[in-house]
Amino acid sequence: MGAQLRRWALLGFLGLFILFLYGPTLTILILSFQGPDGGLTFPMNGVSLHWFARLFQAQAVGDFGGSMLRSLTLATLVMAATVVVSLAAGMAFRRRFRGANALFTLTVTSLIIPSILVSLGVGLLYNLAGWDTDWYSSAFGAQLTWTLPFGLLIMFAVFNRFNPAWEEAARDQGATPWQSFRHVVLPIIAPSVVGVALFGFTLSYDEYARTLLTAGSDNTLPLEIIGMTTSVTTPVLYALGTLTTVFSAVVIAGALCAMRLLKR
Amino acid sequence: MFLLLPMVALVVVSFFDYDSVQIIPGFVLTNYTDVLGSSVTWRTYLNTIRFTALVWAFTTVIGFAVAYILTFEIRSRTTQMVLFLVCTIPFLTSNMIRMISWIPFLGREGLLNTALLRTGLIHQPLEFLLFSDFAVVLAYVHLFTLFMVTPVFNTMMRIDRRLIEAAVDGGASWWQVLSQVIIPLSKPGLAIGSIFVVTLTMGDFVTVRLMSGGQSASVGLMISNQIALLQYPAACANAVVLLLVVLLMIAAILRIVDIRKEL
Repeated sequence: MGAQLRRWALLGFLGLFILFLYGPTLTILILSFQGPDGGLTFPMNGVSLHWFARLFQAQAVGDFGGSMLRSLTLATLVMAATVVVSLAAGMAFRRRFRGANALFTLTVTSLIIPSILVSLGVGLLYNLAGWDTDWYSSAFGAQLTWTLPFGLLIMFAVFNRFNPAWEEAARDQGATPWQSFRHVVLPIIAPSVVGVALFGFTLSYDEYARTLLTAGSDNTLPLEIIGMTTSVTTPVLYALGTLTTVFSAVVIAGALCAMRLLKR
Repeated sequence: MFLLLPMVALVVVSFFDYDSVQIIPGFVLTNYTDVLGSSVTWRTYLNTIRFTALVWAFTTVIGFAVAYILTFEIRSRTTQMVLFLVCTIPFLTSNMIRMISWIPFLGREGLLNTALLRTGLIHQPLEFLLFSDFAVVLAYVHLFTLFMVTPVFNTMMRIDRRLIEAAVDGGASWWQVLSQVIIPLSKPGLAIGSIFVVTLTMGDFVTVRLMSGGQSASVGLMISNQIALLQYPAACANAVVLLLVVLLMIAAILRIVDIRKEL
């Protein structure tokens, strides 16, 4: 009896936690369909797409289209770089090499240095060197200090469980190193590579602290949102939130589907 | 490259002199004496550490509980993975948006106040809900608990179930199993999660600015304000101090728990 009761209590706790995670996001999802006269909170004053339409009239809320485009481009670049470097580093780390430990420590350090310090440091470095900060150069680098460690750690975890016997078998059959990588290693780790890509993309797409001082004159989307929180007091903010959240959800769902397919 | 050079730049500039118009290369300690000599700095650090301690306590308890439930109470493997994904997906969506979404919930005319007023529990809307320390801590817990759940879940999944069966066979109660088998074996995961939570909270500035409505300060916010005033050397000196404090905290965590076997 006691055990049964405890089990229900614990499952209830988990339910509450999930509600806590998703509840607020759902409220703004609903509120973004607020009617034209509606305010920032309940009750709903009718249902409309008014605020979504407002969002696309660029002058009203700043440069929404431009920052969205920049964020997407940047996220794609960061994703590509993260996947290539993590994959290469993952392969390299399977053999011991000089500096392996140092590189590993550096990776972990990069994760735990407060984000604003990275932002400030990169910004200053560009300042001292006399270069202009821009979203595709300095912000790109600053974001990699966040996405790469995640990618690397995932790849390490994957290769730790990777059985080298498969590769040896391929080599015994006369496969070149490229062939064994392309036809043996890659298919096995493909789902994890998609995972790394997902991390790279979404972490970059939502990143603001590291981008703040490194993006130069053109804002990325999260920076635009930060600007809006202080100046915009209409449900436009929620419409934007809904849109980016739905977009993230689509990307995540796509990646999960791809992982399932590749696991076959 | 993008990590080491910027950190070097940070340390170098922290020794530069500055006046109201420009930065003067040089070597002065005034930035540090200013930082360490000001009572505002000390108060801000204390405030930040208080936030960190609170957030750490909440995320540890909640994160551990969630990881425990996922690992030991959910029996089907598929349900387990689905629920784990459900708990991690918010990590991949925008933090900004997740913070903003508390506003309609906690505001003066927000859901919570309206509900409480209607049930007659309170007669005045609760003012402390939004733009307060309470809101800041709540937002932190909301954002960072996932960083605790994931590593602890990862560690717990590796606990050999036979150990637990052995304990139960030996007559241990549920509580004894939890406190003497599961908690000690989950320590590496708790340590990794703690490192994440501590560094994220110590370095944050956006959450504090947004959720406290400018009424509360944190070290990150102080640094970002100095940057806004173009006092780069002062900001750098502050940043170096913050970095040292964070590294000391991590060193303390690592002294207590050895996480190396986790990697």
